[in-house]
Amino acid sequence: MTAPLLQLRQITKSFGGAPALRGVDFDLQAGEVHALLGENGAGKSTLIKIVTGAHQPDGGTLALAGREIRALAPATAHQLGIACIYQQPALFPDLTVAENIALRLESGPGLRRINWPARHARAAHLLTRIGAQISPAQEVRTLSMPGQQLVEIACALGAGARIVIMDEPTAALTQEEQQRLYAIVHDLRRSGIGVIYISHRLEEIFALADRVTVLRDGASVGTHPVAALNETELIRMMVGRELAPIAAPSAAPPGAVVLSVRGLGCTASGVRDVTFDLRAGEILALAGLVGAGRTELARILFGLTPADSGSITLHGEQVALRSPAAAVAQGIAYVPEDRRRHGIILELPVAHNITLALHRRIFPGTWLRLAAERALALGFIRDLAVKCSSPDTAGGNLSGGNQQKVALARWLATQPRVLMLDEPTQGVDVGAKVEIHRIIRQLARDGLAVLLLSSDLPEVLAMADRIGVMRGGTLAAILPGAAEARTVMAAALGRTEQGAA
Amino acid sequence: MNRYFREFSVAGALAVLLVALAIFAPGFYQPQPLLSLATREAPTLVVAGGMALVIICRQIDISVGSLFSVCSVGAGLLAARHWPLALVLPAAVGLGATLGAVNGLLVAGLRLPSIVVTLAMMVTLRQGLNLVRQGRFVDLPEGLQWFGLSQPAGQWLLVLAALALLTALAWGMRHLAVGRFVYAIGSDAEAARLAGLRPRWGTFLVFVLLGALTGLAALMNVVQSPQVQPLSGSGLELKVIAAVVVGGVAISGGRGNLWGAFAGLLLLACIAPALTHLRVEAYWEKAIQGAIILLAVVADGIRSRRPAR
Repeated sequence: MTAPLLQLRQITKSFGGAPALRGVDFDLQAGEVHALLGENGAGKSTLIKIVTGAHQPDGGTLALAGREIRALAPATAHQLGIACIYQQPALFPDLTVAENIALRLESGPGLRRINWPARHARAAHLLTRIGAQISPAQEVRTLSMPGQQLVEIACALGAGARIVIMDEPTAALTQEEQQRLYAIVHDLRRSGIGVIYISHRLEEIFALADRVTVLRDGASVGTHPVAALNETELIRMMVGRELAPIAAPSAAPPGAVVLSVRGLGCTASGVRDVTFDLRAGEILALAGLVGAGRTELARILFGLTPADSGSITLHGEQVALRSPAAAVAQGIAYVPEDRRRHGIILELPVAHNITLALHRRIFPGTWLRLAAERALALGFIRDLAVKCSSPDTAGGNLSGGNQQKVALARWLATQPRVLMLDEPTQGVDVGAKVEIHRIIRQLARDGLAVLLLSSDLPEVLAMADRIGVMRGGTLAAILPGAAEARTVMAAALGRTEQGAA
Repeated sequence: MNRYFREFSVAGALAVLLVALAIFAPGFYQPQPLLSLATREAPTLVVAGGMALVIICRQIDISVGSLFSVCSVGAGLLAARHWPLALVLPAAVGLGATLGAVNGLLVAGLRLPSIVVTLAMMVTLRQGLNLVRQGRFVDLPEGLQWFGLSQPAGQWLLVLAALALLTALAWGMRHLAVGRFVYAIGSDAEAARLAGLRPRWGTFLVFVLLGALTGLAALMNVVQSPQVQPLSGSGLELKVIAAVVVGGVAISGGRGNLWGAFAGLLLLACIAPALTHLRVEAYWEKAIQGAIILLAVVADGIRSRRPAR
């Protein structure tokens, strides 16, 4: 048997002390489609970035066609025939298809004379090879998403790629476009190229892949021929054993309905027909895969992308949330994802960050009372155990977990009726995570209605009183908080359970 | 202390200059010329206060010079028709605020880049003024100069008014919620929006405020002479932006304060008389001002790169 195209052995990688990969083995044969499967955060992207040279592994070996490669850089990976097609194609929209392809493939001094006919001929040849009906003279901005993906694939072929990585290529495609892409994947395989295929859609894996490797918590659960597995087994591999609950769910029965959403939708952000009730003292977790529409739903409820259908009722009163200012006035608080950019303002002191959303309430119409502001800030710093030298410390000087607490404090200070938390523990260390979970639980016990958006399944299972599962822009299911991990995963993937209840 | 390091370093540079003058050219410290210098710079200080707000809000307005000229001529024409000062003053401020609102509407409403919008405004106003007035001066009625007061009294009035305005603005930036909002919007408009603020509204308002202050400054300049020059505001935008930047207001928004801009303006304004008294050729003035601006920008560049973020 010839050496595999790509062989990874015992790859390890950590980011700031948190292990992302813990000794992963993976191999890819020529003429094979090898699917890579795993929950959000299982380590798929990290593994791909190691293969494309974007990240260097901390340990383990990487061999291409039997030859061990050390210190793989992106440019080297490109030369060695590794190409990656991302979900969002990275092309230059104002240049033509031929120019985009040439940018990737042509080399030479900056002042060389361009042979335009040859450039167009090569682009046309590559596009024909994958059966794409695209003119090389077309500007990329005029192409649809799948059209742009085809240009990316043409680039990969033109570069003589032996290994093609596809990262959720069908996520944005229609049924028909998917079928065309499958045909191209089959063609690639027939011509001896190895394809690493990442997807959340189980049916795709069964239709396309020869083998599948499942990652979980940064480790490989196993590599199996697809023919030897069924869907239930795959889901079980992805989820694994139940994790012990982090915090006990609340014992108290939830109170009155605070927020009631009926048939909510927004065409622009792809959310449609969402219906649920949220009660005082309840934590409703929203689970789902990346891109399922959780953040988009929160943005509607916060007035960032106002709804164009359905209704929102707060305490029995129908409200229109056309702007964040309106949502704040109605007592809705939203601690956004990506707090380093949006959760707090890095240049403002901690105290100013905490009072930023409630000026109208505590300083109505007049000047700021700096002493009162400081006292308020000190109170939150103590209650939430924010580690900072003083309320005057700039927000940017705090650690991730403490920034998150400041973002949380800002919204708690507004005394909201509904608190939405988007990935509250993403990127914070374990200690801060436990503390944030404790704070959220305490808030719910005090009667706040909490909507918790999280990709972290153990977090959802541990914290939620009920679990809403989003899929394809809508709320696909509402499960009890005691649901099993695989039930949630099955709902997120769009599979009905098969005797797994 | 560290937080205001930049402001203190400008004030320190100014102090060094003043001490050097006291030692090497004590002739600089004569009450009458100093009062005249302060009076000349009083309108500039008022515009600089507004400009600091616009720059803290991560925008810029290069049309203030043309706006200043238009408001000067407008105020002069009204005064020449024997409007009382009590009407000319609100008219000048209102004209400035209206033109500032046009800038603000284009920048905040249509989300156009402020440098292009205000460049267009600058050229349009300047050429429009040339076309309408053909470079003619406006002769002012007798009683308008120095508000009809004696010259020293008028000068003190202007200087104190400018300082009072600056103090009010500086107080507002620290003690009013809207001041805080300007910093928040300039630091990160999207984060400010997610905090429930209205960044576009805030951006619009700082442009209106700068326009109004420019109108007021124009009037403060008009009352200093018996005639209105049609080009009285040319070059004002550069002077004002330089003062604000030298004073430690970050051109990238969100950082700086008005007292820094005040120190920056004083530093730049003292260069020319200092050179005269130190018997250095006046040609060096622009070169030295340029070097100070460059130094300030380099210092900001180094400072903003240092903190780990």
